Amino acid sequence: MAHAQALTEADKDRFYLTEDHHPENGTLLGFWIYLMSDCLIFAVLFACYAVLGRNYAAGPSGADLFDLPIVAVNTALLLFSSITYGFAMISAQAKKVKPTLIWLAVTGLLGLGFLSLELYEFNHLIHEGAGPQRSAFLSSFFVLVGTHGLHVTFGCIWLVTLMVQVAKRGLGGEMKRRLMCLSMFWHFLDVIWIGVFSFVYLLGVLK
Amino acid sequence: MSAASHDAHHAHDDHGHGHDEGGAHGTLKDYVIGFVLAVILTAIPFWLVMGDVLPNNQMTALVVMGLAVIQVLVHMIYFLHMNSRSEGGWTMLALVFTLVVVVITLSGSLWVMHNLDTHMMAPMPHDMREVP
Amino acid sequence: MSPDLVKTIFGRLTWDAIPLHEPILIGTFGVVALGGITVLAALTYFKVWGYLWREWLTSVDHKKIGVMYIILAIIMLLRGFADALMMRAQQAIAFGDAAGYLPPHHYDQVFTAHGVIMIFFVAMPLITGLMNLVVPLQIGARDVAFPFLNNFSFWMTVGGAITVMLSLFVGEFARTGWLAYPPLSGLAYSPDVGVDYYIWSLQIAGVGTTLSGINLIVTIVKMRAPGMSLMKMPVFTWTSLCSNVLIVASFPILTAVLALLSSDRYLGTNFFTNDFGGNPMMYVNLIWIWGHPEVYILVLPAFGVFSEVVSTFCSKRLFGYSSMVYATVVITILSYIVWLHHFFTMGSGASVNSFFGITTMIISIPTGAKIFNWLFTMYRGRIRFEVPMMWTVGFMVTFVIGGMTGVLLAVPPADFVLHNSLFLIAHFHNVIIGGVVFGMFAGIVYWFPKAFGFKLDPFWGKLSFWFWQIGFFFAFMPLYVLGLMGVTRRVSHFEDHSLQIWFVISAFGAVLILFGIISFVMQMVVGFMKREQLADKTGDPWGGRTLEWSTSSPPPAYNFAFTPVIHEIDAWHDMKQRGYVRPTTGFIPIHMPKNTGAGVVLAGISVVVGFAMIWQIWWLAVISFVALVASAIIHTFNFKRDYYIPAEEVVRVEDARTEALRSLA
Repeated sequence: MAHAQALTEADKDRFYLTEDHHPENGTLLGFWIYLMSDCLIFAVLFACYAVLGRNYAAGPSGADLFDLPIVAVNTALLLFSSITYGFAMISAQAKKVKPTLIWLAVTGLLGLGFLSLELYEFNHLIHEGAGPQRSAFLSSFFVLVGTHGLHVTFGCIWLVTLMVQVAKRGLGGEMKRRLMCLSMFWHFLDVIWIGVFSFVYLLGVLK
Repeated sequence: MSAASHDAHHAHDDHGHGHDEGGAHGTLKDYVIGFVLAVILTAIPFWLVMGDVLPNNQMTALVVMGLAVIQVLVHMIYFLHMNSRSEGGWTMLALVFTLVVVVITLSGSLWVMHNLDTHMMAPMPHDMREVP
Repeated sequence: MSPDLVKTIFGRLTWDAIPLHEPILIGTFGVVALGGITVLAALTYFKVWGYLWREWLTSVDHKKIGVMYIILAIIMLLRGFADALMMRAQQAIAFGDAAGYLPPHHYDQVFTAHGVIMIFFVAMPLITGLMNLVVPLQIGARDVAFPFLNNFSFWMTVGGAITVMLSLFVGEFARTGWLAYPPLSGLAYSPDVGVDYYIWSLQIAGVGTTLSGINLIVTIVKMRAPGMSLMKMPVFTWTSLCSNVLIVASFPILTAVLALLSSDRYLGTNFFTNDFGGNPMMYVNLIWIWGHPEVYILVLPAFGVFSEVVSTFCSKRLFGYSSMVYATVVITILSYIVWLHHFFTMGSGASVNSFFGITTMIISIPTGAKIFNWLFTMYRGRIRFEVPMMWTVGFMVTFVIGGMTGVLLAVPPADFVLHNSLFLIAHFHNVIIGGVVFGMFAGIVYWFPKAFGFKLDPFWGKLSFWFWQIGFFFAFMPLYVLGLMGVTRRVSHFEDHSLQIWFVISAFGAVLILFGIISFVMQMVVGFMKREQLADKTGDPWGGRTLEWSTSSPPPAYNFAFTPVIHEIDAWHDMKQRGYVRPTTGFIPIHMPKNTGAGVVLAGISVVVGFAMIWQIWWLAVISFVALVASAIIHTFNFKRDYYIPAEEVVRVEDARTEALRSLA
């Protein structure tokens, strides 16, 4: 488990290293742990939806409101953005700056497409009188889906920042690590979305 | 201290610590397999619900949730490159611990709140359709 | 100007928000302002601004950040304790016709602020500060994994504290109790800024807490010296690891719950309202899923301190090292399945209540194992009753009482009698003061010479211990009695005169604790005056056993000139036993992180965002939020974050130490 801390034969009799010692870089592990904490934020929102999601307060239910074709398109957009980000990472591994930038741009556009569809959906619901104030069900729906959307928004801002940095600095170790962090973030949002479309939209239509 | 210092030329990782780049890297094949599986696992539940294929809703719900769990696993393996070895097993440990806490939070909240509502005679969902 | 325009510019902020009509607050403000101006003037007069900024405020050195956390905690302790004294005084006199001097409106703010400040801005900075100071030294690292993040986390915690303090003079604080249960904390019943101050101060500080938790986990996982396998880590590092795991896996829950409450308040959603299908009990349920682990976040590092102190001052290896580690891990996991014991009385049935009652009682098993481990370490040890050891023994006596009343409260039928009574108040002060506060004080006295190079004055230290210990029993034993008689918490006025004597005794105890706090500060002041006499030139003033005592006091910026190699659990003890000779030649340049002011800037802007949101000054909120994101992005363009300490500099520092050691011999 702790290969960085393992001792070699030569270390058996000494109390200190005479050479330079660099501990392993912890950025990726740290970012992963951050994602785990973010996962718990979503767990709370899912728990709220699970507990409050059928309190319609004589208002509309999911079956009355959800437009599954839009959700399907949104899901497709996110899925495609996941694989295009994957292509960007493959180009980055090969140290090819231009393809990396192109794939990142495609990913960003898909993300923006997702966001605009979601905003369209929200706007439509609010105009129908099914805003977040209408019932506890709609509150938990809007906040859960909206929080995911906010994450995608920040992902897009971050993506643009990284594109500028890749363009300026190329693909050194530091930049690759940053791309890797965003990659984990992006795929993580995809995983959350699986929960959203299955648990909120599909099951919501069933009831 | 800083007065006596000089800038390092680069972030120190840039001079040849191969292992520092860390993280598992996917190959093209991984991503394509993951993508195809994800598409299939997304299409089936949408089809089941939109086409009203199965005889009752409860069965559909179970299948949808089951497929969601499988798809989460697919994403974890093919897109997030999870395995028990990366970062000395710590990422896996963190994930397992988080999942335990997530399960406790979700199931615990549902159990506690349902029990509470039953005892406090809170309006049940079916009433909620009518109560103003 | 038209009222609309004024409202657009200033939001809810008007002159009425300044509490000119409250003499107590104006007096406090006068004292704070005068004190603040004096300090600022002194800093300017002695021209230390530049030094402070370069060497402390922007520092990424974990030792300095740790010290700053502890200073923050001590300052906030004074505020929180002033609140406590006010409550004790009010309850001691407000009987029958006497209304006391605090109107309910003010009293409610006082008890809310007391709880919030003591937990979030005293206890949390104390443990984070101590972990920051000690953990990297104990594992033989040069800094934490993410030094900038560490600085940023600290300043976010300060930002939260500033937001709470602002509420004293601009507007008011929440009147809801320290967890702000809805519907009371909802818009319908708390329409003013109090709850918003509560929410934003905790959210700002919460960012810092979570990030520092991640930082310390990665530090412990990745940066241990060669040879230090998990089961060779010092116990304090183990408890810190578990405590930080709890932070990362529970603070997001608090963040989310508070965000949902603010969404109810700002957007009009219906999560925790009584109408439209909302359910206030969901808030109570969720916040305790955070709240219970929080208790262990605080107490686990204290357990770590006691373990280090006991084995050092008994000159023995800790009894049952591995059982200590397993007990810590078991407590970490169990702490997630007991949360309902905080609301047994709120409507759950027998099945739920008995499940959570039983899990709660199970937690006392690993905790008891720890107590026995400490006792067995002392057994036949050569005990030196220095001040840290006194705090430890005081802890064992006090904490066991608190633990037993806790097991009593874990019995649901008993809880139905005692819920929200002063018995509960006595219980949790019993474990938090007896466990966390005593532990942190033991830790501060124990590691102070490491951080500053001289010991604290033992006379004042012992005085502080006795005042706290006796004051504690005077202050809280009467509350157990009152609780058993059915007196509930958060009451500002009583009718039954027969109760008064108990409150008077309790107030007397609070005064004794005040002397304890004064003595605690005095031991630092006197210690500083006598620093030549109390100086620690060896770097190992107590006969320590873990790595932090192998380097000088205070340690150089780079902690260790050469990274140590670990063979045994008590690494430094092992080195001393096997004839370790300190290297005096062959020094090489050392790679270190560079200071940055980005943390101060980001946290400063965050406070502005919070302030604008509290007072609903929307334009300022938007502008400052954009500024926040922009500054964060700009910071990511700074790639020059490290430098090398040249070998000559290392040689100079190490030669000075060689000289100091030679003069001792």
